[in-house]
Amino acid sequence: MYAQMVESEASNDDPEKLAEFQARIDADIKIEPKDWMPQGYRKTLIRQIGQHAHSEIVGQLPEGNWITRAPTLQRKAILLAKVQDEAGHGLYLYCAAETLGVSRDEITEMLLDGRMKYSSIFNYPTLNWADIGAVGWLVDGAAIMNQVPLQRTSYGPYSRAMIRICKEESFHQRQGYDAIRKMAEGTPEQRKMAQDAMNRFWYPSLMMFGPSDKDSVHSAQSMAWKIKINTNDELRQKFVDQTVPQAEYLGLTIPDPDLTWNEERGHYDFSEPDWSEFFDVIKGNGPCNVDRLAARNKAWDDGKWVRDGLLAHARKKQAGNLAAE
Amino acid sequence: MTRDEAFQQFLLRMGDNTLILGHRVSEWCGHAPVLEEDIALANTALDLIGQTQMWLGLAGEMGGGKTADDLAFLRDVWDFRNVLLVEVANGDFGRTLMRQFLFDAWHSIMLGRLLTSSDDRVAAIAAKASKEVAYHLERSAETVVGLGDGTEESHTRMQAALDYLWPYVGEMFVSDDIDAQIAAAGIAPNPADLRDEYDALVKRVLAKATLTLPESRFAHKGGRDGRMHTEHLGHLLSQMQWLQRAYPGASW
Ligand SMILES: [Fe+2]
Ligand SMILES: [Fe+2]
Ligand SMILES: [Fe+2]
Repeated sequence: MYAQMVESEASNDDPEKLAEFQARIDADIKIEPKDWMPQGYRKTLIRQIGQHAHSEIVGQLPEGNWITRAPTLQRKAILLAKVQDEAGHGLYLYCAAETLGVSRDEITEMLLDGRMKYSSIFNYPTLNWADIGAVGWLVDGAAIMNQVPLQRTSYGPYSRAMIRICKEESFHQRQGYDAIRKMAEGTPEQRKMAQDAMNRFWYPSLMMFGPSDKDSVHSAQSMAWKIKINTNDELRQKFVDQTVPQAEYLGLTIPDPDLTWNEERGHYDFSEPDWSEFFDVIKGNGPCNVDRLAARNKAWDDGKWVRDGLLAHARKKQAGNLAAE
Repeated sequence: MTRDEAFQQFLLRMGDNTLILGHRVSEWCGHAPVLEEDIALANTALDLIGQTQMWLGLAGEMGGGKTADDLAFLRDVWDFRNVLLVEVANGDFGRTLMRQFLFDAWHSIMLGRLLTSSDDRVAAIAAKASKEVAYHLERSAETVVGLGDGTEESHTRMQAALDYLWPYVGEMFVSDDIDAQIAAAGIAPNPADLRDEYDALVKRVLAKATLTLPESRFAHKGGRDGRMHTEHLGHLLSQMQWLQRAYPGASW
């Protein structure tokens, strides 16, 4: 759930066309790039897919932070493969966004100048090696909660991208769990690292689902369009229910004294995260916002001569080929 | 030096090259000029780390039951046997890719010869690694050509990268007693014998890239015999080995 608080756009399209469009969605017929679609549907999707793509890209940074310090060759290889997957996810998603009429360069510029967002979770730091396990287990785990249902989303290219991505994400989650399990079963210092990671990542992971949207008109519209499948609260509950037994198995304490099994509901009761912290992070005041965006801007600016050089060469080659014909 | 000792040194030379270069390339993660390069660099680093596990795994077996991790994370600078070329800092993207090309060209020729090594284990590693490295070379050569023959700025930067790195190339072709012993046993070629093929390959690509090969044949040495590494290696190791050193005996 790399897309948080995506506002849906109102549409003032021809009511007849709108009704036809909605009927297709209700019948579970996929919308493809060449099909007619309401302006609002297109814009909302660009925002949502873009936010997801940017999250994959910015998400390379907190994990990349540990690649050069991974404690074994095997862990280094696993982490490299994961970060490579995440960059690949970014690529599929930018391609899906392109089918809606926004180029990768345009959408990248919007990330770099702050017009578009990425998931709040990547504004938190990775401070010890167990964080890498926690990110795979909790962060990829939370992302999967949202992405699995989105495999059935109404927009064809988005749905197909999700199907490819979900396979890899569940792999990441298992590897993350394995990495933190090793720490939880390790020396006292390693257990301390694992618990420290748990303490810092629990609430930010819950925030990944976004604030409650049961009364949101934006969410209602997105759900009618099937670009959002569940409410934020449903997904958060599902995540908590899945994660608590795993944490217990690891012997890690979830930093929530009010966490209890509710027999009647058949779910865990848990404390809400501090939503004022969430809104601070969204506004740019998270612990890493400024550094993350600066790192992405630097990569983009430093890389300009490379992109220009390769483009100039490709043009020369093309001109040469034309001349030879 | 016994034959086994020489063989172990040879394995360390192969494995330390891939370990240190893999580490350097992985430093780019998330900072590349374009998404496709982020993916390609991570992939290259991943291949190199995988090859390290094979080379150092075998070196460890030869060296009295050590693991590849023991060798990677618990040796100090003077025990590393990589060439200096792979430990120098990344510099800009142009220097990183030029270094990759200069190394890949040597690596692919070397692995090609190792396919027929008298030692089956070496031949098996080469069989797997040479496929990966053929792809690395194709990519790095293509990028060197694209940037060399791109814009004025990219050309200038690539020429500067080549000028900086060229003095580190010669070390890959220096032969010593260890190499002579290994070559005599048919395990690996004598590095000096690879130079002509290397020069031909590099000249062909650099000509396409419109870059000028520096005339000097001066070579910095000291990495593959461990006599004198650059100042860069210690910093690299202090980062790479930190967790293993700070928490000895833990399993990860
Ligand atoms: Fe991903
Ligand atoms: Fe992810
Ligand atoms: Fe992932």
